[in-house]
Amino acid sequence: MTAAAERSAPAVEVVRARPGRIEQGRRKAAFWFLLPTVTALLLVAGWPLARTVWLGFTDARLGGTEEARFVGLTNFVYMLQDPAWWQAAKVTLLFAGASVALETVIGMVIALALNAHFRGRGLLRAAVLVPWAIPTVISAQMWGWMYHDLYGIINVVLQGLGIIDQNVAWLADPTTSLWAMVAVDVWKTTPFMALLILAALQTLPHEIYEAAKVDGVSPIRAFFQITLPLIRPALMVAIVFRALDALRMFDLAYVLAGGNPATATLSVYARQQLVDFQDVGFGSAASTLLVLLIGIITAILLTAGKVRLSADR
Amino acid sequence: MKLKTMLAAALVALLPGGGALAATVTISCGALGQELQICQQGAEAWAKKTGNQVKVVSTPSSATERLALYQQMLAARSGDIDVYQIDVIWPGLLAEHLEDLSAAVDKPTLDKHFPSIVKNNTVNGKLVGMPWFTDAGLLYYRSDLLEKYGRKVPTTWAEMAETAKIIQDGERKAGQARMQGFVFQGKAYEGLTCNALEWVDSFGGGSIVGPDGKITINNPQAVAALKAAQSWIGQISPQGALNYEEEQARAVFQSGDAAFMRNWPYAWALAQGPDSPVKGKVGVAPLPKGGEQGKNSGTLGGWQLAVSRYSPNKQAAIDLVKYLASEEEQKRRVIAGSFLPTIQSLYQDPDALKALPLLKDIQPTLAAAVARPATPTGQRYNQVSTEFFNGVHSVLTGKQQPEAAVQQIQRNLDRLSRGGRW
Repeated sequence: MTAAAERSAPAVEVVRARPGRIEQGRRKAAFWFLLPTVTALLLVAGWPLARTVWLGFTDARLGGTEEARFVGLTNFVYMLQDPAWWQAAKVTLLFAGASVALETVIGMVIALALNAHFRGRGLLRAAVLVPWAIPTVISAQMWGWMYHDLYGIINVVLQGLGIIDQNVAWLADPTTSLWAMVAVDVWKTTPFMALLILAALQTLPHEIYEAAKVDGVSPIRAFFQITLPLIRPALMVAIVFRALDALRMFDLAYVLAGGNPATATLSVYARQQLVDFQDVGFGSAASTLLVLLIGIITAILLTAGKVRLSADR
Repeated sequence: MKLKTMLAAALVALLPGGGALAATVTISCGALGQELQICQQGAEAWAKKTGNQVKVVSTPSSATERLALYQQMLAARSGDIDVYQIDVIWPGLLAEHLEDLSAAVDKPTLDKHFPSIVKNNTVNGKLVGMPWFTDAGLLYYRSDLLEKYGRKVPTTWAEMAETAKIIQDGERKAGQARMQGFVFQGKAYEGLTCNALEWVDSFGGGSIVGPDGKITINNPQAVAALKAAQSWIGQISPQGALNYEEEQARAVFQSGDAAFMRNWPYAWALAQGPDSPVKGKVGVAPLPKGGEQGKNSGTLGGWQLAVSRYSPNKQAAIDLVKYLASEEEQKRRVIAGSFLPTIQSLYQDPDALKALPLLKDIQPTLAAAVARPATPTGQRYNQVSTEFFNGVHSVLTGKQQPEAAVQQIQRNLDRLSRGGRW
């Protein structure tokens, strides 16, 4: 909480100190209106989450007939000693870092272009969204065929341009498979990033840019000193959204390369333990650890974003 | 008094097997292609014959997801499904939930089936599944290309590699730039375990884990097998094969871009289909031997019928299983849907041979098929398989040498099984 909010807190207290009878009645009504939603949320989100966390501390198995036993931190200790977990963590962080960074930069360029006034802008804005509207499983299948070493269009195009002289097995070669996956994600989610940035750009008042022009500020300087600081809050929200999504990525890796360790993310790891190995306890522990990891990274991103925000003022 | 009689009558009606009353038996069948329809026809024929009712439920087509669904139902002791169609690698995993069928099936009937499958379905002396249909890895070849280059069907892997290289180089020179020597299933998944087990077994390197639970993968023959496979990549097999499943391999072969392919029997009907570019130019043979002292191998696949321990109609369910696994029904299924029978005499049956001439050629492969070590490793089979295919995959990509890989697989399996005690 910022200092300003703390200072204003007592004032709010004073106003709300003695709520009138109508106010009290409204609050009661609000409580009853909210109750069904809260109950539903607790049942469909809270209970499974709590159960997953609890199962992470047991030795439950998918097909087992015996009661699950509490085993303390055993699952977590074993997981942190598992090289496969560390490999998956490395893949997840690399994937999330690379894809979100690329999507932000490319999304920004597209948003700036779409923000300009030209004919057919509405149509173009809609067209840009097409990759994002295709379900990931389908676009992953599609890209799987495009990456095919013998029949894939990507090899044909790159050979035609003279960039490669031999067919590359993009998804089979462990040195290229992760980057092939990043490329699909960038293709798919850049429109989402561009749209959020575009929304922020459209809130900016036109007068500032006119004033900058009058003062003889170059467009590049205007971008870094006016546009970027002004859209930073919206940009941070978009980045956090994307990072959350990228860190729990499952479908792309699973469809493109199955459980191949070169591309297996932490979600793929958790699923493999839980479904393939029937180890519900261990798989739940892996999911819990993933949620914790995502929480920590989000907190870091939010704090980093806010620190820079206040420094601007 | 009256109430008591009524209660007793109600109880009798609820008893398992319900006396002479007709039962409703629920069976879960696979749903690949026409599989579900053919299963339904068989089950309904039984229902008509016995006066019972039958309900067929379809399940996810992915085997892994089907297993997860079955496990959840069985762990909850659900009696909703009486008869389960189970994969050849599941008996060890599901045994504790399945009824022992050995008392219900007499020995002469059981002896008609392939002994390797019966052995695979027997867990701790309990027969937990009736063999229903089977599968094994085969070598597909282009008969026209072998003839063109004057080569015969290879009997060893070394010979296969040599022929593949000659055809690949010759065809590429003749302008077909995409030509490959050999395609197989090299993606890091269960299919690679099947492929690599065939290589290892054909060199005499055992089956990863022996029937007694002892881990055997770290041996010189297994190293030799993996060395051979490693040498194919980039030479006769495209690097992309390391991400191929069955269908991707078939796509290359059926487009006429490969001289050899390892695949399951299902690819035969498709490669010979009316719209196939290689129709009439394809042959099948047992997979090559590891060397002069090696043997022909093929990984055992296929599906069994099992009765749930929690079924309320066990007698009727067992009767349905016996009917579906019978010679008469298996013959109908091989003619209607090319499902390979588990009853050996059907491989000489004139009607079956007319529908599927391939039967004659593949019987030796099926009889000598190598089972994945699912029965000895029980609950942990999928972990064993994952360790194995990941290790093999790292050899094929060149990240690891065969010697180091088998040592690592051995070490990881040792840790997994606490020294061979699964």
